[in-house]
Amino acid sequence: MPEMTFAQAIDYALGEAMAADERVITLGEDVAMLRRELLVRFGPSRVLQAPISEAAFLAAGVGAAMAGLRPVVEIMMVDFIAVALDALLNQATKVRAFSDGRWNVPLVVRAACGGGYGDAGQHEQCLWGLLSGMPGIVVVVPSNPADAAGLMLSAIQCDDPVVFLEHKLLSDYWLDYLGKGGRETVSFDVPEAGARGEVPMPPEPVPIGKAKIAREGRDITMFGLGVSFHRCLEAAGEMENDGISAEVVDLRSACPLDRELILGSARRTGRVLVVDEDYVGYGLSGEVAALLAEAGIKADFARVCAEGVVPYARQMEDEVLPNARRIREAALRLCG
Amino acid sequence: MKPDVRELYRQMARMRRFEEELARLWERGLISGEMHLGVGEEAVVAGVLAHLEEGDAMALDHRSTPPLVGRGVSMESLLLEMLGHPDGLCGGRGGHMHLFSREHLAASSGIVGSSAPLACGFALAARQLRPGKVAVAFFGEGAANQGMLLESLNLAAAWKLPVVFVCKDNRWAITTRSRSVTGGCLLRRARSFGLPAFRVDGTRVERVWAAAGKAVGRARAGRGPSFILASCPRMEGHFLGDPMLRVFREPVRQALEIGPPLARALLSRPLSALPARVLNLGIIGKALTTLGVEKYVLERDPLRRAAELLPEEQRLRVEEEVGREVEEAARAALAVVEGR
Repeated sequence: MPEMTFAQAIDYALGEAMAADERVITLGEDVAMLRRELLVRFGPSRVLQAPISEAAFLAAGVGAAMAGLRPVVEIMMVDFIAVALDALLNQATKVRAFSDGRWNVPLVVRAACGGGYGDAGQHEQCLWGLLSGMPGIVVVVPSNPADAAGLMLSAIQCDDPVVFLEHKLLSDYWLDYLGKGGRETVSFDVPEAGARGEVPMPPEPVPIGKAKIAREGRDITMFGLGVSFHRCLEAAGEMENDGISAEVVDLRSACPLDRELILGSARRTGRVLVVDEDYVGYGLSGEVAALLAEAGIKADFARVCAEGVVPYARQMEDEVLPNARRIREAALRLCG
Repeated sequence: MKPDVRELYRQMARMRRFEEELARLWERGLISGEMHLGVGEEAVVAGVLAHLEEGDAMALDHRSTPPLVGRGVSMESLLLEMLGHPDGLCGGRGGHMHLFSREHLAASSGIVGSSAPLACGFALAARQLRPGKVAVAFFGEGAANQGMLLESLNLAAAWKLPVVFVCKDNRWAITTRSRSVTGGCLLRRARSFGLPAFRVDGTRVERVWAAAGKAVGRARAGRGPSFILASCPRMEGHFLGDPMLRVFREPVRQALEIGPPLARALLSRPLSALPARVLNLGIIGKALTTLGVEKYVLERDPLRRAAELLPEEQRLRVEEEVGREVEEAARAALAVVEGR
């Protein structure tokens, strides 16, 4: 298996899908530069440069999907989806329900997400909780190159709207454009295991809604996804010194959640810590708690999430986003 | 009325020197994230701001430092903000794309197009609470394809709001040539909403000043919104470290990075697609060429043009004064950050 960066893996899978099926197109702002290799391969009729008009081109993606294409629409950063939310909230996710399953929307929305490079909370949000709140949507958040390629394939094959979120700390080009800008004077806490890794060739679809136990443990289960998952692994390693055996689960999608795996792990360890770079309230962490409560599982529960609007200053940002120190402290309290 | 050319130049120089300082701090890694400078937009900003008075409001985009400097926000507090210090304008929480000064009724946002509806709201409040005061929206031509911006033009016209929409046309929407993703003409677009629209060379501060005088005057007199389309250069790319500009600044390194994947894409199977792919490659080449010609061949620096309006001696005095002001602010801000 060749080694690739996280970003290469996504575009590799997208390119394979485009080569295999001419209904797959991609469009969005700046795609001629961002997806230049795909532009060279497939031309401007399948790699479409869009104006800064998210509301129009995302909703056009919905129409194109309804009429036979399989569009991968890029919303440069997921924060900008706010401008175009109607396309998902009231259009894409309503079609299957309103048509009683007679019509569907095979649309992929691809967007960069997440923080850790000092761009502040209008460009560093995750928003998968907000997006997952829409009935009929799928939201995937890969944490490594193989999953990124596999989930992109599955997203394109899915017959319903999928939001594919690409964390900027894992995608080298985004981090270079937005964080580094070619400078050698700044540094970031990049989880190396997520930014680079082996990818099967040809890429293999990763089933949507299947979480993965990345590290087995007895005392506590830590659930994370994207970069938060790597922060969990880091904390779990440190907690060995505390005599705590932590299980770490990569949820891989915010919606749907892998109910069976979550319940099974929580039952075994009896303690659950959800680590979520998205907002603490009304989101993923609360959803996991609800799953446990509905299944009658009595587990000690805590969460480490983004505490409010992500501030600009790096040192303040570090305190707001989940980090290994906060995770470990919360885990120790749960196990104490 | 004639413009106070010395004062216009002084303001433009303040904006430019301040942003040059920002660029230095950013290069040193003391400022994090993206950094969108308004270098090249100074004549547009200064020409409009010269007509504003206390109680007027500004809705700003991601290039908001020049208007804030021009409006009198303390340079030191702006610098401390960018340096991420709790004593900064927004406590270090906003950063350069999210600068707010309630005192100056000035707010910026990194969401493209959002300054237009915000300015409509500012204008609505002005009409009711501060009659005779106006609101200005600054945005780029790339924002003019955003639905909320076009809706705002209509709203302002329908409600006859005291707004001046200032479109800084630098011809680039991030890495995309605006013309290639824009239908029709922006001036006619604005007029079709019933707004008087003025086209002006945004590198000539005296011309911006004249057009803005008419627009602000109309708004103040309760005669409704207007639209200024001011062309200007984008001298530092979309943001500092713009990858497209890096192609020119470090061609060998960039060619080594960008070249091999492009070659692989060119030669990926089926090979029969090769001729079409060469044409596709031309799209990227053309964009880069256009950018390079504009940046490195056509020199349209508004600051230099404004300098030509002043006698040499006066110009030097202004530059010295401005240089000192920025230097002192930077020294003071760095002293705070370093705890001196």
